[in-house]
Amino acid sequence: MKIVVCVKQVPDTEAEKRLLPDTLTVDRESSNPVLNEMDEFAIEEALKLTEAHGGEVVVLTMGPDGADAAVRKALSMGAHSGILLSDPALAGSDAVATSYAIAQALGTTEYDLVILGSEASDARTSLVPAMLAERLGLPQLTFASKVEIDGTSITVNRLTDYGHDVVQAQLPAVVSVVEKINEPRYPSFKGIMAAKKKPVAALDVAAAGIDAALVGQAAAATTVVDAAQRPPRSAGVKVTDEGDGGVKLAEFLSAQKFI
Amino acid sequence: MVAVERTLPNDESRALFELVQELCAKELAPRAAEYEAAERFPREVFRTLGQAGLLSLPYDEEYGGGGQPYEVYLQVVEELARNWLTIGLGVSVHSLACYGLANFGSEQQKEKWLPGMLGGDQLGAYCLSEPQSGSDAAALTTRAVRSGDTAADAYTVTGTKAWITHSGHADFYTLMVRTSDDGAKGVSALLAEAGTPGLGFGKPENKMGMRGSVTAQVLLDGARIPAERLIGVEGQGFSIALSALEAGRLGIAACAVGVAQAALDAAVDYASSRQQFGHPIAEFQGVGFMLADMATSVAVGRAAYLTAARRRDAGLPYGTEAAMAKLFCTDMAMKVTTDAVQVFGGYGYTADFPVERYMREAKVLQIVEGTNQVQRLVISRALTRS
Repeated sequence: MKIVVCVKQVPDTEAEKRLLPDTLTVDRESSNPVLNEMDEFAIEEALKLTEAHGGEVVVLTMGPDGADAAVRKALSMGAHSGILLSDPALAGSDAVATSYAIAQALGTTEYDLVILGSEASDARTSLVPAMLAERLGLPQLTFASKVEIDGTSITVNRLTDYGHDVVQAQLPAVVSVVEKINEPRYPSFKGIMAAKKKPVAALDVAAAGIDAALVGQAAAATTVVDAAQRPPRSAGVKVTDEGDGGVKLAEFLSAQKFI
Repeated sequence: MVAVERTLPNDESRALFELVQELCAKELAPRAAEYEAAERFPREVFRTLGQAGLLSLPYDEEYGGGGQPYEVYLQVVEELARNWLTIGLGVSVHSLACYGLANFGSEQQKEKWLPGMLGGDQLGAYCLSEPQSGSDAAALTTRAVRSGDTAADAYTVTGTKAWITHSGHADFYTLMVRTSDDGAKGVSALLAEAGTPGLGFGKPENKMGMRGSVTAQVLLDGARIPAERLIGVEGQGFSIALSALEAGRLGIAACAVGVAQAALDAAVDYASSRQQFGHPIAEFQGVGFMLADMATSVAVGRAAYLTAARRRDAGLPYGTEAAMAKLFCTDMAMKVTTDAVQVFGGYGYTADFPVERYMREAKVLQIVEGTNQVQRLVISRALTRS
């Protein structure tokens, strides 16, 4: 079985993130780039599936120069090879364009299953997995908290607000995973050394068969018109209990629509 | 946590360090204070480190080791100890427990047991001291009697080993035992497996610090250890033990620098934010100079253990330098951690801040793997020997 895991390099989740004032896109220089945390769960799931059923894991990322570090991290965890889709024309692509570009890049390889993290910690739209499935014309099994494969059939627990749905499809399919699914492994020292020798194929827009007019900031269907700093946290409300504390608390919670 | 400027020899070791820092941030730092307060042994953290390949760094790749020079291995130990001494010291003790087999075992023995010991899932213990035999290690009395030359050829071991790190949690025990009454020449080294009938454990010591790390007696009551588990030859045990300790002392020195660095980090952080008389206290010379002295001693300590380590890596004798590093770094850590408590003032004397823990942890390093008095003995003897 061949599994492609799509990963994204994002600004350090812990760090204060900024937008560039002129383009209102994420200032990637402002903090250390790291592998999107949710993607580690996707890589772990792919590794576990190939450990159980045989096969190989290919890591695909789209990003600027230096995004290969995200691929290397996945390779050091145990993935077998990587694909780096990088081209200045892709800069500023929105979710619609990104799903198109990734779908085209996936067209350069064969696969039985595509796994993604359910969201990236920078934009947090959770749009790309669903859009990608649509682009590829494949079943989409999103927000998976459990994945099982039996022959050519795949079954996932799809996390919902009230519990989970059990969803089944035929391979190939697109899966996005949530943090509940597993405990990602750390790379090992030997894995890090081995990763340096694993192949990473470089793709640009032309090599992936991407129409440059459909990607990048100019082609984005949405525009960020304005952005403002989040206001500093305001002081809380102090309720003094003068015999009516319970009522005041209930009124506060009700006003905030908690009850 | 501010990164320490390190001299690492190549890209491989720099990549290793990134992994170590990630593990420290995610697995060690968040647990240290809580586990120490709860006296909880972090077996699972050792397993995580083992799977990442960090329990076997200084050993040959042929047997599953990381093939790293001491220069790199010790800086990893330092960084682990900086985040949690129980882990840094535990890694050093595990290395010490593997040392005998790796350096004095036969090819056959190494092929059979070393990959398992270095593979990551196992943890080792090193058993030299006894209740009545500490600095005078050659006075040990745990008795091993060999019986039979048949297939059941084995040593029957009886006695008590004391102050054993990982006692009861380890998977293997490198035991120094008496096989004849010929003083130091009557000591032999055996590699015992956990689960051996007759191998039992005392109640964990109620220690001043490093309470997350288990220290207890190892009780041998007629434990039968197959003769094939003798490391080297009969009578070689004491020199195996000392040779292991020479390397182990560097591990203790690295641990001491790690704890001192942690105390320095905390003190600088606190002195930069604590305001008195309208200024951060670090701006007052009395405090600022104290921080300067602390930083200087930490840097000198690091240089001391690295000098010894680089001699070892170059195949040069390093015993005296190792003793000097152990002596200097552990005395230094005691002073720096005490000063860190002083910088914190009253807050430093409470368990709400980590510096009182660092001070308690530093003390044990002046005692273990050769008291600092024994280190001075080693150094002074080397001075007058030639």
